[in-house]
This record gives sequence, C-alpha cells and structure tokens, in this order.
Amino acid sequence: MKLSRREFLELSGKSVLAMLALSLPKKLLAMPEEMAKFDWEDYYWGYGIDIEKCIGCGKCVKACKVENNVPDEPFFFRTWIERYVERKDDKIEVDSPNGGKDGFPELKNKKDIKKSFFVPKICNHCEHPPCVQVCPVGATYKTKDGVVLVDPDYCIGCRYCIQACPYGARFLHPEKRVAEKCTLCYHRITKGLRPMCVEACPTGTRIFGNLKDNNSIINKFLKTKKINVLKQHLGTKPKAYYAGMDKEVR
Amino acid sequence: MSEISLMLSKIMPFIQGFIYPNDIELHWGILIVLYPYITGLVAGAFILASLARVFNVSEVKATYRLSLLTAFAFLSTATLPLLGHLGHPERALEILFTPKLESAMAMFGFVYAWYLMAVLCLEIWFDYRKDIVLRSANEKGLKKIFYTVLTLGSKNISSEALALDEKIGRVITIIGIPSAFMLHGYVGFIFGSVKANPWWNTTLMPIIFLMSAMVSGIAMVMLVYMVTQWLRKKAVDMPCVDTIRLYLFNIFLVDFALEMLDLIHRIYAAEESFDVLSILMKGNLFWTQFVGQILVGTIVPLALLALTFLFKTSPSIRKSFYFVSAILTLAGIFFMRWNVVIGGQLFSKSFLGFTTYKLNLIGIEAYAAIAIAILPFVILSALIYILPPWEKE
Ligand code: SF4
Ligand code: SF4
Repeated sequence: MKLSRREFLELSGKSVLAMLALSLPKKLLAMPEEMAKFDWEDYYWGYGIDIEKCIGCGKCVKACKVENNVPDEPFFFRTWIERYVERKDDKIEVDSPNGGKDGFPELKNKKDIKKSFFVPKICNHCEHPPCVQVCPVGATYKTKDGVVLVDPDYCIGCRYCIQACPYGARFLHPEKRVAEKCTLCYHRITKGLRPMCVEACPTGTRIFGNLKDNNSIINKFLKTKKINVLKQHLGTKPKAYYAGMDKEVR
Repeated sequence: MSEISLMLSKIMPFIQGFIYPNDIELHWGILIVLYPYITGLVAGAFILASLARVFNVSEVKATYRLSLLTAFAFLSTATLPLLGHLGHPERALEILFTPKLESAMAMFGFVYAWYLMAVLCLEIWFDYRKDIVLRSANEKGLKKIFYTVLTLGSKNISSEALALDEKIGRVITIIGIPSAFMLHGYVGFIFGSVKANPWWNTTLMPIIFLMSAMVSGIAMVMLVYMVTQWLRKKAVDMPCVDTIRLYLFNIFLVDFALEMLDLIHRIYAAEESFDVLSILMKGNLFWTQFVGQILVGTIVPLALLALTFLFKTSPSIRKSFYFVSAILTLAGIFFMRWNVVIGGQLFSKSFLGFTTYKLNLIGIEAYAAIAIAILPFVILSALIYILPPWEKE
C-alpha cells in the first residue's frame, strides 16, 4: 500500500486520536452508559441564561448556525444576542447586528451610558406553547421531555406558528419552506451531550440540564439566582430562565 | 443567497428601531389580505340573500339569486390565496386529513366544506331546480346534456314538488345564516386569538370581521346588481337598491362604531404595546388606516348614503351616490383587511421597532393576487350565463 504524504498524516492523526479516545475513562466519552438507553420520561429539560456573564462575543450564534445548518443570512436565527443600552436620559437602544454573530460594534457616546448588557435569546420551549396550539396539522409538537419541535416532513408552511410565537423564535426556512426554530440540539441532548450554544459559550452564560434531577446544574442555577422569564404575562410559561434580567428586556 | 434573503436585504434599510431578527420577514402578505376579504364578501352576500328568503324582505328579492351566485363565485376562489401562500401547497390536504383540533386554522377546511357543500350548493340547486329541469327539456345538444346532469335525476316540477323545494330552501337558508356567521367570525378568530400580537388580539375581532363582512358583501351585491342591470340595459329597481342602502347604512354604522370602540379602548387602556401601535398608526399605517379605511372608505360613503336619506333626491342622483359609495365601501373594507393583516406584522413583537412590506409589483405574489381578485368575476359571469338569475322577475 502506497500512501501519499497527506494521506499518511491524516491516518496517523486519526490513529493518535483513536488511541487517546480509548485511553480516556469511559464516562468522558460522548455517550455515557445511562444515556445509551435514553428514556424521555426521565428528563424535563430547562435552559438557563445568566445575563451578567454574557460578553456578546457571538460564539454561540456561530456554533448554532454550523451545528444546525441554519441559513447564514442575517434573517434566520435559532439563537441570537441582543444588546441593550440605557442612556442617562432613559432612552433605550437595542441592536442585534447579524444576530450578534460577529460580535457588536463599539458603542457611541460612551459618556452618557447608564448601563448596557447583552441578552441571549432562544426558543423558550414554553410549557404552554402557543405555536403548538395553533399548528393546524400538528407538525409543531411538544416532546415528553419538554422540547418543542417541528416535523419538517409534516409542516405545510402556513406560518401560523411564526405569528403565534411572542418571542420571534421561529422563521420559515428559505429553502425547505417549513417552520424552523431551536431544538435545544435534540440530536445531541438525547445522546447525553449539551446543546451546541451551551458548549460554545466561553463564559458559562448558558446553562442547560434536567429539571427532574435535583442535583442538575440547571436546578442549582434556579435555586441560587433570582430568576425571571420573558413576557410572563402571556402565560406561555417559558423554560428559558433568565438571571439578572432588566425590566427593559422585551 | 436565496431569493427571499435578497428581498429581505432590500428591506433592511427601511427598518426602524429594533426588530427581532426573525421578525424582519413579513410572513403573511397580500394573499392573506385577500383571504378574509373574499370570505367576507361571501358571508355578506349570503346574508343579503337570506334577508329576502327568511325575513321576507320582498324589496330585495330582485337581488336574491344574484347574491347567491356572487357568494358562490367568491367562495370558490377563497381557498386559492391560502394555497398560494403555503410553503408546501402539496401538503394542504393534511389540514383535512390530519387536523389538530386545538388549532383555529385546522377548522378552516371543515367550515369551508360545510358552507360550500351543505349550504351554498344546495341552496342554489334547490332554488334553480325548476329552471334546470325546464332547460334540460328545452335545450338541445351539449347544453341539454349539461342541464340534464345538473338536474341530478330529479325532474319532478309539480307544484307540490316546487313547494317542497321552497321549504327545503328556507331551511337551508336558516342553517346558512349561522354558518355564514361562523365562516367569517371564524376568520376573525384566527387573528383575534393570536395573543402574541396586540394589534390582532381582541375579542372584538370576530365580531368586527363579521360586521365588515356584511358591509362588503352587501356593497358588492349592490354594485354587481347595478352593473349587470346597466349591461343588460334594464332599469335599476329603485325600491330594491333603496332597501339595500338602508341595510348597508345601518350595518356599516354598527361596524364603524365597533371599530372606533376598539380604537378608543386601545388608546384609553394604553397597554404595553401602546407606544409602538401609536407610532404605527401615525406613520406606516396613516394612509391606509386613517385616509383609506376611515375617511375615504367609511366616512365618505356613510355621508353619501346619509345624504340620500336626508334629502329628497332623484333616482338618477341616488343611483350614482349608491354606486360611488359601494365602490368606496369595498375599497374601505379592503383597507381594513390590509390594516389588520399587514399592519399587524409591521411592528416587531419586541415592541421596539418596525419592519416594512414591499409588495414586489412584478413578483409572482402580485400576479397571483391580481388573478385571484379577477377570477371571481369570471366565475360569476359564467354562473350568470349558466343559471341566469333574473328569470323569476
Ligand atoms: S418560544 Fe415561541 S417557538 Fe418556542 S415554544 Fe414558545 S411559542 Fe413556541
Ligand atoms: S408553519 Fe408548519 S409548523 Fe408552523 S403552524 Fe404551519 S404547519 Fe404548523
């Protein structure tokens, strides 16, 4: 067998990785044993966002777009970052250039800023999701483990769910012509992995875990922080929990 | 970059304030404006027909059949705008086969089918049965075959049989009135129940839709009647149009009062969304809302109609007043649908900014909308040819 230089390098790289992987304790590998027999009755997923930790770097937005093949244009997001700026005259400025994917431009007139902060947004996987309620064919549905999903083979593309979501979490996929939104990386979490945005966040702003497990990181977050949710008055019961959320956040 | 993205990047410079990134695309366009407009015309025309039949308002008998045919012509096109806007039109029938009963929209197929089949088709058929049977006997060739098929094999036109037809027709109309209310009130509910959208989310929405539906349907029938009489070089039956005017005026007043009540309530309650909505009404919606809908489309036609009550006027002046107010009314109700559907999507659900709607004038959507707007009139002409509404005169 003759190997080119490139093939040789590739092969040796892969074997080193494989050896490394084998030498690691099993628990650290992708699929812990207990997840191999994933039973959705045992889980109820919750998502935490610690606003004070977010630096608006946009790594989560990038990671999400790559992981989930979200169209790259600035009109389609499964997660995005908003920047709130409160001026001394109480004027509020909000922006989210390209969903915050490439970070944020320098602020102008820094002197009269009262405060400014970043707010990451995702689908809230509402307990009472209006999007599920309105879907005429049941293409949008809630799983037993509390995730709101869209079946792309069933969606007729009527966009009623997009109208019904109060959080702007949905869009119509420009090529597939079906409704799309955050799935909490369902393909990952059912294998024991964390959603890609949580993985990508360098500051630990994004927290994810099982609400049914008392010792999970999300339950610790809920116990130790003052928690708020978006648009509580609508009765949608969001499961994206925010710590340190300002009253101006919409 | 996809076509949609190209269009959206053209919209970008027009965005004001902050809008959720996914809200930049305006999801329901001109086709969804047409949908409630068309179903409204159906419900309104049908209710005018019912006046003649159930409430025995003999003056409007002249427009009874024309109203039914108008309702049918518009109803037969009502599904087209919906189909046209689906991302996957080929899956449309899933709404009928696997509906999710919790969804307001899922009911559409059933409400529609019920109204078309159980109400309109039956009522028209029973009303025209005698004419159809006579034609199947008197016509020749293809026409004969056509009308024979239309008789559905029921050729008895003895006076007892006709009396029975009359009775059944009455029962259908009585069922038809709540059905017409349901057809359009339900369309209002599709919008009114979206709590995410404060511009839509009001319990008054179904009832406002219903009232405006009656207004538009009555105006449409009056217009069609006057135009067909003119084309046939026949005199307009003045007691008939005078009576229609009476209904149009009164229902229009109630409709207007309800809409103003809604507006005043919003201003008085000044909820969270008030700021963004008032900017919307002063800005993007000013022309279509205050000028198009309220001034030109409501106050002017109402005033014209009022003048005909207040002053003794000659039939020819009245006719021209009716004609103009019918056209303005139809335009006004179209603006109302526009303001609801498009207006409700111009602001972001963040309540912090606005997007815009660019109707791509040479785009496929505009062509489709124009075609769908013309089609009912083509169908109506065909129907009038097949089942002339004026033989009973
Ligand atoms: S945030 Fe929107 S898309 Fe997500 S579950 Fe709630 S209503 Fe549905
Ligand atoms: S766009 Fe698809 S998922 Fe959304 S309501 Fe319509 S059919 Fe359901």
